[in-house]
Amino acid sequence: MRFALSEDQKLLQASIGKALEALSPLERVRQFADREEATAPDLWAGLTDLGLPGLLVDEEHGGLGLGMVEAAIAAEALGAAVAPAPFLGSAVLAPLALKLAGSREQQVKWLPMLASGKITAGVAISEAVAGARDGAGVDAHDLMLDGKALFALDARGAGLLIVADRKGELHLAAGEPPQMPMNSIDATRRLSEITFRGALAAPLASNGALDRLRDAAWIVLAAETLGASQAMLDKAVAYAKERKQFGRVIGSFQAVKHLCAEMAAELEPARALVWYAAYAFDQGLEEAPLMAAHAKAHLAEVGRFVARTATEVHGGIGITDLLGLHYWFKRIGQNRQLLGGPERVREIAARLQGLTAA
Amino acid sequence: MDLTETAEMAAFRGEVRGFLGAHAGDYAGGAAKDVKAWQARLIDNGYAARTIPRAFGGFGAEPDILKSRIIAEEFIAAGAPRGIANQGVSMLVPTLLEVGSDEQKARWIGPTLRGEIVWCQGYSEPGAGSDLANVQTRAVEDGDDFVISGSKIWTSTAAQAQMMFALIRTEAEAAKHEGISYVLIPMDTPGIEVRPLKTMTGGAEFNEVFFTDVRVPRDQVVGGRGRGWFVANTTLKHERGMLGDPNATEARLGALIELMKTETVDGERIVDNPIFRDRLMQLQARVLAMKFNGLRLLTAAVTGESAGVAGLVVKLQGCELNHQLAALAIDALGELGILYHDGPHLRAKGRWQWNYMFDLGLIIGGGTAQIQKNIISERGLGMPREPSAAKA
Repeated sequence: MRFALSEDQKLLQASIGKALEALSPLERVRQFADREEATAPDLWAGLTDLGLPGLLVDEEHGGLGLGMVEAAIAAEALGAAVAPAPFLGSAVLAPLALKLAGSREQQVKWLPMLASGKITAGVAISEAVAGARDGAGVDAHDLMLDGKALFALDARGAGLLIVADRKGELHLAAGEPPQMPMNSIDATRRLSEITFRGALAAPLASNGALDRLRDAAWIVLAAETLGASQAMLDKAVAYAKERKQFGRVIGSFQAVKHLCAEMAAELEPARALVWYAAYAFDQGLEEAPLMAAHAKAHLAEVGRFVARTATEVHGGIGITDLLGLHYWFKRIGQNRQLLGGPERVREIAARLQGLTAA
Repeated sequence: MDLTETAEMAAFRGEVRGFLGAHAGDYAGGAAKDVKAWQARLIDNGYAARTIPRAFGGFGAEPDILKSRIIAEEFIAAGAPRGIANQGVSMLVPTLLEVGSDEQKARWIGPTLRGEIVWCQGYSEPGAGSDLANVQTRAVEDGDDFVISGSKIWTSTAAQAQMMFALIRTEAEAAKHEGISYVLIPMDTPGIEVRPLKTMTGGAEFNEVFFTDVRVPRDQVVGGRGRGWFVANTTLKHERGMLGDPNATEARLGALIELMKTETVDGERIVDNPIFRDRLMQLQARVLAMKFNGLRLLTAAVTGESAGVAGLVVKLQGCELNHQLAALAIDALGELGILYHDGPHLRAKGRWQWNYMFDLGLIIGGGTAQIQKNIISERGLGMPREPSAAKA
């Protein structure tokens, strides 16, 4: 029994973290957010050097063939850097959809391109996972799609789109889809509204793969929030050790120390929950969906607490654009709602263990 | 990350399970029929006093954290009592093993393990709670004896105990932390008075103990004169570990889920109410997080790595979580939740209400939540200590 990251996993964690220091410093994040760039190809190219786009792609298709624990490690680092990278859609959900429900032909065609970073993929599963709003929903017929998908992930500049229809079946549409940007609080992650009018799409296998995609998305969002929250705590502690008021560093006041201790006390056990959810996913344990749901919902709550508390520890400067702390605050806020807010996800957690009325 | 069990551990689990099945008649409803006989049987089989040397009355196994965990899990799963786990066994015995003299080890450990001697802990005083090193109960030398005067508070089991291990100020001239000794005191010594301390639960789970010219031989000091603060600190760790045990929390969650599935209001199960269900799910996530945090600590202990912040948060988070579980149970019971003591409508013998009140004491005791936050921020996050009032 060993419940800890392996040496290889620690190495991966360190190398992604180090790469992101150079690839995604605050100035780069700010530039991406301010200029409303569709994508940050420089950043993705740098992460491609580490093999990140192919993390979950089998080696025979040019990937690293790793699992959800490694994906969670990467997501944590990306969250810590609020990196504007299409990791969730392009490196996690699309490869998983192809692996679980793609034909051999589709796998051979698309996976190597995704793994090599030659193209990225978008994913539109919001209606199927978080519920349909504003009349959104996609219908499939005769290898064509009609309708509207909101909150599509990583669809800007994508060469491929994975779409869930109203029935929860998955489809693959080649090329960049026609879309409108959806401006959200978090300008470091691009969301799109996609309209389909007889768009050509190939169906993926009808085998319930959507549930696995949902679990994977929940784990990755939870891991991202974990990383972003830890970064906010670290910044708050560092600031409290430097900032002086009343002739002493504010970190020596118990009122401030206790806020930091409370953040740490919430975050550390949450880390173990994210690890376990990823482990359960990789092992295909029966409880894997429940663990993914709990990780998503719990990190949403812990993230919200840390985001507001860490901001508060910074005092007035915490809410300014000057400091840029708000990028982390907003990423955490976005991850909370994306693909299901905690109330919805907890209801699914209850249903998964038969705790809802028949 | 690999949570599969090796063949050796799986076999060991089978052994423990077999033992508990074979002796199910010796315990019912979670309590041993004969506590001392059960304890003796557990020691013989290595399920109690497992790593304590045979010479002192233990089982004498090499420390194996995984096996200890398997034992804990299987006993909880079977609803079997864990043998004697009072403060003598959990705190005094480890202390003696670490710093006691050979004579002290030989004299006290065996009878303590067998349940022949019950101990109480004499640490806190009215003026020494969070600031434990401020103990004022003092001893003056008189020939071969110490003569002790003062008082202790929060002393569980003082009425049943034959012995107390206590922090006593023996060196009047020494600095605060260096004037304390760890002293073993027979409770039948003339001059000791025990008064029950009734709490909000209605029971007297604690006592006050008063000392008036109590004579104790000076060789009853453990770990050297003036070293008591450091001796006590080595064992306080054990207490904090006990207070945040995720196995106990998981068992409580299981009982809460059962309660919410069986209790009905107007014919509707509590768990079918979406608000209660949501609260339950929030707490379940927390219980799971503490459980997996426990696995992480276990791995760190096996590999000898420091668990860092993950270890420091257990007492704070675990006690709070236990309290919240009891709170949800009471809320789920609605008006039935206010019943207490006895009566035909009382659920679970009032255990939830008792836990809700008693566990507030556990949030405060064993290092208050605020002291825990100081520890987390100072040792875990490297934040500076609050300057003392005199210096500020």
